[in-house]
This record gives sequence, structure tokens and C-alpha cells, in this order.
Amino acid sequence: MLLLEAILLSVISASTPLLLAASGELVVERSGVLNLGVEGMMIVGAACGFAAAYMSGSTLVGACCGILAGAAMGGIFGILTLGLAVNQVATGLALTILGVGLSGLIGAGFVGAKIVPAPHLYLPVLTDIPFVGRILFGEDAFVYFSVALIIAIWMFLYRTRTGLVLRAVGDNHASAHALGYPVLRIRMLAVLFGGACAGLGGAFLPLAYTPFFIPGMTAGRGWIALALVVFASWRPGRLVAGAYLFGAVSILQLHTQALGFGIPSQLMSSLPYLATVIVLVLISRTRGTAGSAAPASLGVVFVPDR
Amino acid sequence: MRKWNIVAIAAVLGIAAVTFHAYAADKLKAGWIYVGPVGDLGWSYQHDLGRKAVEKALGDKVETTFLENVPEGADAERAIEQLARTGHKIIFTTSFGFMDATLKVANKYPNVFFEHATGFKRAKNMATYAARFYEGRYIQGQIAAKTSKSGVLGYIVSFPIPEVISNINSTMLGAQSVNPNMKVKIIWVNSWFDPGKEADAAKALIDQGADVLTQHTDSPAASQIAEQRGIHSFGQSSDMIKFAPHAQLTADTDYWGGYYTKRVQDVLDGKWKSEDTWGGLDAGMVVMAPYTNMPDDVKKMAIDTEAKIKSGALHPFKCPITDQDGKTVECKGGDHLDPGQILSMNWYVKGIDDKVPGK
Repeated sequence: MLLLEAILLSVISASTPLLLAASGELVVERSGVLNLGVEGMMIVGAACGFAAAYMSGSTLVGACCGILAGAAMGGIFGILTLGLAVNQVATGLALTILGVGLSGLIGAGFVGAKIVPAPHLYLPVLTDIPFVGRILFGEDAFVYFSVALIIAIWMFLYRTRTGLVLRAVGDNHASAHALGYPVLRIRMLAVLFGGACAGLGGAFLPLAYTPFFIPGMTAGRGWIALALVVFASWRPGRLVAGAYLFGAVSILQLHTQALGFGIPSQLMSSLPYLATVIVLVLISRTRGTAGSAAPASLGVVFVPDR
Repeated sequence: MRKWNIVAIAAVLGIAAVTFHAYAADKLKAGWIYVGPVGDLGWSYQHDLGRKAVEKALGDKVETTFLENVPEGADAERAIEQLARTGHKIIFTTSFGFMDATLKVANKYPNVFFEHATGFKRAKNMATYAARFYEGRYIQGQIAAKTSKSGVLGYIVSFPIPEVISNINSTMLGAQSVNPNMKVKIIWVNSWFDPGKEADAAKALIDQGADVLTQHTDSPAASQIAEQRGIHSFGQSSDMIKFAPHAQLTADTDYWGGYYTKRVQDVLDGKWKSEDTWGGLDAGMVVMAPYTNMPDDVKKMAIDTEAKIKSGALHPFKCPITDQDGKTVECKGGDHLDPGQILSMNWYVKGIDDKVPGK
């Protein structure tokens, strides 16, 4: 196997959980809600996904349970911030704390258990094509799903009426409300969707990436997903590029170390965050379609007047 | 971003209450503080096995408590003090970063005995203890050199602290004693515990030609990758054979049960003394997991080396030792390096084609 092919394969699997979780958060934030609890939703998705996969012996059941668990965590966030109009930042942080604790509790009985990792696609002839075969036709279902998902999100946001309404809610909830759109219901659905995506991204870790469960195994990936949404300036296309870029940096820094280039690994590890800061500066200076699509009502609590 | 995690865990800890068993006047209360979850299958897990061994050995005479996921730093002090305040007579703090917090609480509670793992600060009521992990590493190095076909060992590491560096050196000295041309590729993941990153590092090392993996990080992820790719690996801290039934050659496991039982018994007998314990294979604090997945001659060599280290006939850091710049290292311990040199090691031995980070 060529080294480049091996690196690309690793990059794809390192990027997939980031892409899944960030896709959901993108929709949430475009609807005007800032959910900082991605890490918590991911780790609960990981614990529930692994528990279900272990008991049923099926990756699919595991993935579905991860999705449901993530959505349930999103639901808690939605009830608090939308129903009770609680501060979103504080609730998001609390959700992460809750998720870390809860996942430890759920997963406690499953630590040390192992499962069969998610199967990889194999198409005779196609998968055997040198170099590109395994990259394009030899991935697991999570990878294909993550790509399909972000394409679907792009179509939804920019090519459907409902997507337009969701963006309107995120940009100016007062106007959307005045026009008769159910702001809170739309946001609730977005939050549930975001939770489901985070749960799936989390479930990817114990189901496909490292097929065992250990408390805290998301190791900060939820926070990277949050940074990624900002990096992408809330645009789906840039989100894909960003997710693969973040994944590529994290894998390449390992390879440069093994090759002995002598670049400090700490510097390499901090590159994605450095890039996020630079992008923030750039987008704040750019206007028009190239600039930020930051929702104007992001993080602002909305209480409809009755 | 990792910081948030720590903040989160600190907050969880603040909320979480310690569960105590019903008070019994005749029982000695012993407490443990862990840096990670007891379910990490590595470092904290092994300490908790030690705690359970105390319960088993001393039965009715003791009552044990533990606090897990305690962050290193200011918050640790509160956790340690909580145990001291609630009648624990002996408290084990099991991570290097708990050192100053333990000392502070020890000064406040002169009638409680404290034991700090892997540190170097002691007091009248505060002892230190650690295990000579490097002894096991030397054996692993020999096995790696015998087993590897490519002659490249892959080494996944956490942080460039002396313990980690001395383990890399010991591994390579062992490997060079079998194959002087053995190479090592080192990847720092800058974390004790990130299964995903450890797995990525394992893949990167294999993709670059390593066919035996070892690690100084805490999850079994790398062993699992070795199993998937059909190469060999060593477990770390605990026996990881379950994750790598065909790949694991052995593991240098930490076994604290014997030490903990002795120290708690000393308190019961009124014989506890503040001292520094640094036990290795001979003291049973480092135990090699069964030698598996290797030919009989390699196994025999490993068993021989283990016996020689135990008897003192072989010291992994026996002189002369040359550092990577070709300079001969001063030999302060007679025919081998002295403990101080090993505990403060920040240089690589000859044959490691890499740089110590930050040097």
C-alpha cells in the first residue's frame, strides 16, 4: 500500500466524526441557536451506540441508538433553551457536563467489551483498483452517509422553501415570527436534528474507529466540531473542506513526526485552531457572498409575545 | 479545547458526592484519588485493582473509598482534603500532578498518612512510591528486536517527562542488545488518553514500516490496530490481550495490590513510616503479562532476561551508555546509572534518530 493512500484512508476516517457532528451543529446554528453541548451529545451517542451494538451484535442498531440518544440530549437542550428560554451558552456547557457523566454511567458495564467494527464496502473490481479503489469504494457506511448528509443539508438550506424559512428564523426571529412562522418549533426540530447528528458522530467512534468503549473517548472532538462550524463560516461547502482539512492536519502531524521532520508536534496540533482564528479575521473583513453566513440571531433567546 | 473538558470534569466532581459506607468504629478507612476513570483499562484501572486487593486481603479490618476523574491541580487539593476530613487514615494519590496538593493537605492533617505515586516530595506523614517500569521495557525491547522483520519499532508516547523518556531509552537498549541496528519511530500524541489519536498514530507508524508497536499512553487502541493489521504489539499498564489476542507479545503491567496491602497493614500495626519505595520486577510491582505469540526461543530469552533483572545480575541502564550525540554518560551508580539519573532523564541513547521535544 502506498504511503499516500494509507494517509488518505486515515484522514477520511479521522474527519468523519467531525463532519457528522459539525453538520448537525451547522443546521442548529443556522436556525439561530448556539448549542455548545456537542461534546456531551457525542459522548452519550458513543456510549448508547456501543451498548446497543454490543447487545444486539449489529452496527446498524448501534448507530440508530446513537442517533436517538443524541437527539434525546438535544431534546433536553431544546426544552430548556427554547421552552424555558434559559441562557444557551450556560445550558450547552451544562449539557456537556451532563453528557460526560451520563455516558460514564451508561458505559460502565461495557468497558472492556469488544465488538466487530463496522464492515467496509467491498465491490469486486472497483475496490481493487490501485490507489483510488479503497479510498472511493472501500469505506464504511458512516463515511458515505456523512457525505450524503452534508449534500442533503446544502440542498435543504439553499434549494427548499423550508430551508429558506429556517435561515430566516436564524437571521431575524422577530420578523419570521411576525410572518407567522413557528420560530420555536422550527428551532426545536433543528436542535433535535443537531443532537441526532452529534450522536451519530459519537457512535462512529466506538462502532467503527476504535471498536471499544472507554469513558471520555470523544476526547474533545465535539469542541473541534464547534470550531469547524465557525471555520466554515456557517456554509456547508466550506464545512466539508474544513472537516477534511482538520482531519488531514491531525493525521499529517503524526506522519511528520514519524518521518522525523523535527516540526514541534504541539505546533502542528494547534494548527486547526490557528486556522479558525485566521478565518474569523478574514470573514469579518469580507463582504458579500464570499463572507460569513453567520446567523444574525445566533444565541439570542426568543420569547414570543402572546 | 481540551481545557473545557477539564473544567467540565471539575464541575462534575464538585457536584458528585462521595459515597461512604456505614460508619464502623473499628475499621481503618483508606482512600484513593485517581486521575482518570477507573474504567480506563490502564493506569487508574490498575490502581483500583490494587485497592480491591487491599479489601480482599484485609477484609473487615478496612474500609476503602475512591474518587475518580480528579483533575490535577487546584481542584485535587479539595478532593484530597475531603477524604482527610472524613476520617481516612491513609490516602493514596495516584498521579504525578497531585504532588503539591498532597503535600499541602499532608501539612494540614498531621495525623493522616499520605502516599503519593511517582513524585519526589516527601514529608513526615507523606511517603512516595513508584514502579520501575523501565525494567519491563528492556525485556520488551529485546522481544521487539527478535520479532520484528522490518527492524522498525513504532512507539506512541504522551508527554516528554523523564519517566517516558527513560522507558524509550530502556526499550532501545534492550532492542540494541539483540539487534544493534534496530530503529525506532516515535510519535507524541500529547495526551495520556485519546483512543482515536492513539489509533491514528498506530496506523501512521505501521504505514511507515513499523511492525511492532509499543506505547506509553493509556488506551488499548493501538493494540487493536496492531491486531487488525496483523502485526505485533505490547500492552501498557494493564494486560490488553483481550483486544489483541494474536498481536500482543506481552505487557508491562503495574501491580499495586501487594504494596497497598503492606502499607495499609503497616498503619494497622502502627508501623507506618514515610519513605520512598521504587519497586520493580523483583518487588512484584511490575509484572510481565504472559509471553505470547512468539517462538519458543524468544520466549526463553525473555524469561531469562526477566530472571536476570530480578536477581540484579542485569541492570537495563548498565554502563557504559552513550547518548545520541556520541558522548559517554557519566556513571553515578557504580556499574549502572543511579536512580536520580533515571528519574531526571531528558536525553536519548545512541541509535534513536529523533530529538527529545523541547530540547
